[in-house]
Amino acid sequence: MSQSASSFINIGERTNVTGSARFRKLIENEDYDTALEVARQQVENGAQIIDVNMDAGLLDSEAAMAHFLKLIASEPDIARVPIMIDSSKWTVIEAGLKCVQGKAIVNSISMKEGEEGFIEEARKCLRYGAAVVVMAFDEEGQADTKERKVEICQRAYKILTEQVGFPPEDIIFDPNIFAVATGIEEHNDYANAFIQAAKEIKQTCPHAHISGGVSNISFSFRGNEPVRRAMHSVFLKHAIEAGMDMGIVNAGQLDIYDDIDPKLRELCEDVILNRHEDATENLLEAAEEYRDAGGGQKDDKKNLEWREWPVEKRLEHALVRGINEYVVEDTEEARQNAERPLHVIEGPLMDGMNVVGDLFGAGKMFLPQVVKSARVMKQAVAHLTPFMEKEREELGLAEEPKGRVVLATVKGDVHDIGKNIVGVVLQCNGYEITDLGVMVPSEKILKTAKEIGADIIGLSGLITPSLDEMVNVAADMEREGYDLPLLIGGATTSRTHTAVKIEPAYKAGPTIHVIDASRAVGVVSTLLSQDDRQKYIDDIAADYDKTREVHARSKGKRKRLSLEEARNRKFDIQWDHYDPPAPKKPGVHVIDDLKIADLRPIIDWTPFFAAWDIKGRYPDILKDEDKGEAARNLMKDAEEMLDRMEEEEWLKLKGVAAIWPANADENDDIQIYASDDERDEAIATFHGLRQQADKGEGKASRCLSDYVAPKSSGKTDWIGGFCVTAGHGELESAKKYEDANDDYNALLVKSLADRLAEAFAEYMHMRIRKEFWGYAADEDFDVSELIKEAYQGIRPAPGYPAQPEHTEKGTLFDLLGATDKVGVELTESYAMNPPASVSGLYFSHPDARYFSVGKLSRDQVEDYAKRKGWELEKAERWLGSNLDYDPHADEQPAAQAAE
Amino acid sequence: MNRKERIEKFREIAKERILIFDGAWGTMIQDYGFIEDDFRNDKFADHPCDLKGNNDILSISRPEALKEIARAYMEAGADIILTNTFSATEISQADYECEPHVHEINLNAAKINREAADKMTEETPDKPRFVAGSIGPTNKTLSLSPDVNKPEYREISFDYLKDVYKAQARALAEGEVDFFVVETIFDTLNAKAAIAAIMELEEETGDHIPTVLSGTITDKSGRTLSGQTVEAFWHSIRHVKPLMVGLNCALGAEDMEPFLADLSRAADCLVHAYPNAGLPNEMGEYDESPEAMSEQLGRWAKRGLINAIGGCCGTTPDHIRAIAEAVGGHSTRSLPEKEVAMRLSGLEPFTAAA
Repeated sequence: MSQSASSFINIGERTNVTGSARFRKLIENEDYDTALEVARQQVENGAQIIDVNMDAGLLDSEAAMAHFLKLIASEPDIARVPIMIDSSKWTVIEAGLKCVQGKAIVNSISMKEGEEGFIEEARKCLRYGAAVVVMAFDEEGQADTKERKVEICQRAYKILTEQVGFPPEDIIFDPNIFAVATGIEEHNDYANAFIQAAKEIKQTCPHAHISGGVSNISFSFRGNEPVRRAMHSVFLKHAIEAGMDMGIVNAGQLDIYDDIDPKLRELCEDVILNRHEDATENLLEAAEEYRDAGGGQKDDKKNLEWREWPVEKRLEHALVRGINEYVVEDTEEARQNAERPLHVIEGPLMDGMNVVGDLFGAGKMFLPQVVKSARVMKQAVAHLTPFMEKEREELGLAEEPKGRVVLATVKGDVHDIGKNIVGVVLQCNGYEITDLGVMVPSEKILKTAKEIGADIIGLSGLITPSLDEMVNVAADMEREGYDLPLLIGGATTSRTHTAVKIEPAYKAGPTIHVIDASRAVGVVSTLLSQDDRQKYIDDIAADYDKTREVHARSKGKRKRLSLEEARNRKFDIQWDHYDPPAPKKPGVHVIDDLKIADLRPIIDWTPFFAAWDIKGRYPDILKDEDKGEAARNLMKDAEEMLDRMEEEEWLKLKGVAAIWPANADENDDIQIYASDDERDEAIATFHGLRQQADKGEGKASRCLSDYVAPKSSGKTDWIGGFCVTAGHGELESAKKYEDANDDYNALLVKSLADRLAEAFAEYMHMRIRKEFWGYAADEDFDVSELIKEAYQGIRPAPGYPAQPEHTEKGTLFDLLGATDKVGVELTESYAMNPPASVSGLYFSHPDARYFSVGKLSRDQVEDYAKRKGWELEKAERWLGSNLDYDPHADEQPAAQAAE
Repeated sequence: MNRKERIEKFREIAKERILIFDGAWGTMIQDYGFIEDDFRNDKFADHPCDLKGNNDILSISRPEALKEIARAYMEAGADIILTNTFSATEISQADYECEPHVHEINLNAAKINREAADKMTEETPDKPRFVAGSIGPTNKTLSLSPDVNKPEYREISFDYLKDVYKAQARALAEGEVDFFVVETIFDTLNAKAAIAAIMELEEETGDHIPTVLSGTITDKSGRTLSGQTVEAFWHSIRHVKPLMVGLNCALGAEDMEPFLADLSRAADCLVHAYPNAGLPNEMGEYDESPEAMSEQLGRWAKRGLINAIGGCCGTTPDHIRAIAEAVGGHSTRSLPEKEVAMRLSGLEPFTAAA
């Protein structure tokens, strides 16, 4: 049976915090007056039903839902239409149902968790007198093929009508509208599958309705409103014919089908109905032509004057502005003009990249822009490569790059954002990069370097054990007789560490610490230049000599406390006057239904910009005179990618947290007990390290155990632990871009996943304080206060300054069951994999502060080894960068002298 | 007959003729001229506050009066007698500090009517009588804030009201009412709480007790106090599959007619009405005569608007007798065939053809 568009039911979508950032902000700021205005406009603009959704991480969604619906109840202009109560949480839906006198629609329920819960929720809907949206979602996941959509809906229909007694006319199926034309082949049939499924569901489930969120379909054309509008109209026409009779549609985002430019309509139809293989490609190609028809925004993408310029100029412009839309056609044109394909690279492309390099060097371009330029370059080179190979075969030529660099994140470490940036920047400058990825063993690095005839090796790492691994690689290079320059980079590396630990291990070649990616080109080009090389190496060597001297002098200069003295100066909490709060919900809490949308409001952006070498505080950085433009563009791309991540669910967020009964002991350790009332035998121990620098009489020497009530106090205390990750799906998403020569977006994926993991940690900590532990149930901080950590309690991570010893993470992971529950593993160096993960311990005491434990004397390291049940040597290895003494000083007195 | 058989009987009769509700109980009680001591009787001699005006407490302190009123209405021709429990909820009884007696009030009231009805049925087996458990709206509302400055504030919660209603319904069921009448609904959300309570009770006990819903249109705008039109109201409550839906109170017959007509067109179940005896006069009394009222109600019957009819505030056995006579010659309303459709509502109805 075919439906006419006139009976199509239009559901307003602006009162949805997951779909409208504006509405979300209004609700978060409790500006309910304006929020009501949004609802009113929806109704005035013809919404026949309004969808209300309050699913955002920082919101008390149940309360917000009830509050808003109660307000609507006293607004006759709004309340006249039915409400669609929209949430992924049943409790929120139920809270909403208790506030509406009309007959509402519940959006949604599904068999995601099986039949039992589905039946129970359907029964409740019946009792509250609501119609219901049923998502095509079952125990195995969301249906994306026609067959699955139909099968799930038919099964749900049977259960609802036969077992629950649900009126079939009150069932609305949402067979999932997903984005098409994403460039991913499996997505091509999504629209068609929906349309075909709608037809069959309509035929086999009498009286039931079909609905869906229409704007999803055109997600890959964000920013190109004319194309989106056309896609929506074309999709709706076919979906309505197939039986779709209601949907979430922004009326402003629709064109009249017949008014659509026939060519565009045809292209959209090809995509929607998946009529041929090149449909996506063709629409993408044509899309730019239509973009102008929409907004009044002006930028290079629309201002196509430069397209009239000569091809060399066009390539330069595209490189400098990072525009990749025309790169293939321009490169091809340049190739046809050139005698040899290589000349295109050496000519216009390198000219363009030189401009980029100059601007970057002059601080007029910033890393994100450079990476975008690199993307254009890579795509141009990719176009030329087959021609060059052909030529090489024909002529038997060999081309030499400017230099070959092997890059690797060392064994035990998985962090690679910085390394990837270095790789991209070097590539832009004509160097051939062999990137071995993460967790690369020393032998492989050395072997590869030999095989490809590398000129330079670059090592990267983020966590402190990687510093030792870098020393190992250096020592291996020395032993194997290498003399290549060794570059060291990464967050925990330093000039001092390089000078004191790494360089002495590798005397055969230069070892150089590179402070950030922007310096990489300078260092590499100097090292490969015949003229400047030796002077530069000598200068560095002299500089590192001096660094070692300063370091040696600083040692022993400052007075150190013995461990005993330090313990006497512990941070002394008057436990007699303090009762540690007992957790409201002890035990283990797993969170796996969080959405990216929930975390976006609490992202701390400042480190994101730092990762992209744009240093400065967010949001001030956006207005910075020099870096502002680069920052704003990066922010825009980040926001757009977050939208897609959210919409297409690129990342699976998983987290676990727990609160355990605990007491400190007299030896700086924290004992964990199985239950609150049995505190005789510990089930695990967190080992602490204490500050030993003499800060003067009356200044505390802190250790994390100071924040936990000692057993001797007679008080019962607790500590918590957590592990959260935004890394599931990150590598796959990044890889898609890498495969398309798009390092910019690949890096963006990774740097955003990192931020989301941090935001998740912030979110989890908030839940701990307000709910699970509940010692600050009434706390009410805004995002900037959260980022400033204005709240009570801390969450230090093993491996970080307050407890720099990484193996403690193992204890934490065992207690949490983190690997099982959230799929985060620890490498041999105790790095978390996937890398976009955060873990740590929770301390609740109001005086708990982050601190740096600093350098440790031998007495404490010996004591620590004993407590851990380790040989001293093992403790010295894991505490390597914190030792106040040289553990090998006695064994190898001649090592330095022999030089 | 057990309840199931009685309900079957009720449905049978409803197909044949217009059923007759009783009239106002309050008006009748007023005529007894009870003073404080009568309300208390021995049972509540030491009750801490005045009980005069708490008509519902009479099922404990003056059961014989209620028995007489029930009898009087049945003798006047009523097929259905409502229990004297309009305010017998924890919320309304709080005004008289009688919350502990809620169960007993309802149980007694139901038993009084049950006994009276069964006796009457025995006497006139061709005209069986039915007991309806009255569930009033309470004096609290779930859709409106009592504080204009805090429109999101509510005096009570849905869950609390649902529990209060469940306690009342349980006691009425125990006293063997034939069905519930959720009446004088000025806020549909309150009624939805009552429906949820009744459905939960059915799930707990396994006994199906049908529900009658009776809305109240407060003025000529044709809307409930909480703003719904009658059709929107119908959409909101039809999930309980009511035995009957209708309108009562607030308006006299003349003003109620157009809205009753709307409801009659919309509802595909039995439709009833029991209007007031006109609008209150300057003394606050309802003074429309049995003749005037029955004439109008007779016209409704003639129009085929109703399946059951009776009287609310100000009506007496005389009114009921006159009404029963006036509608007697007319055939009962035939149920409209409605196409299957999703019927939603806000303050206004919304229908989506399936």
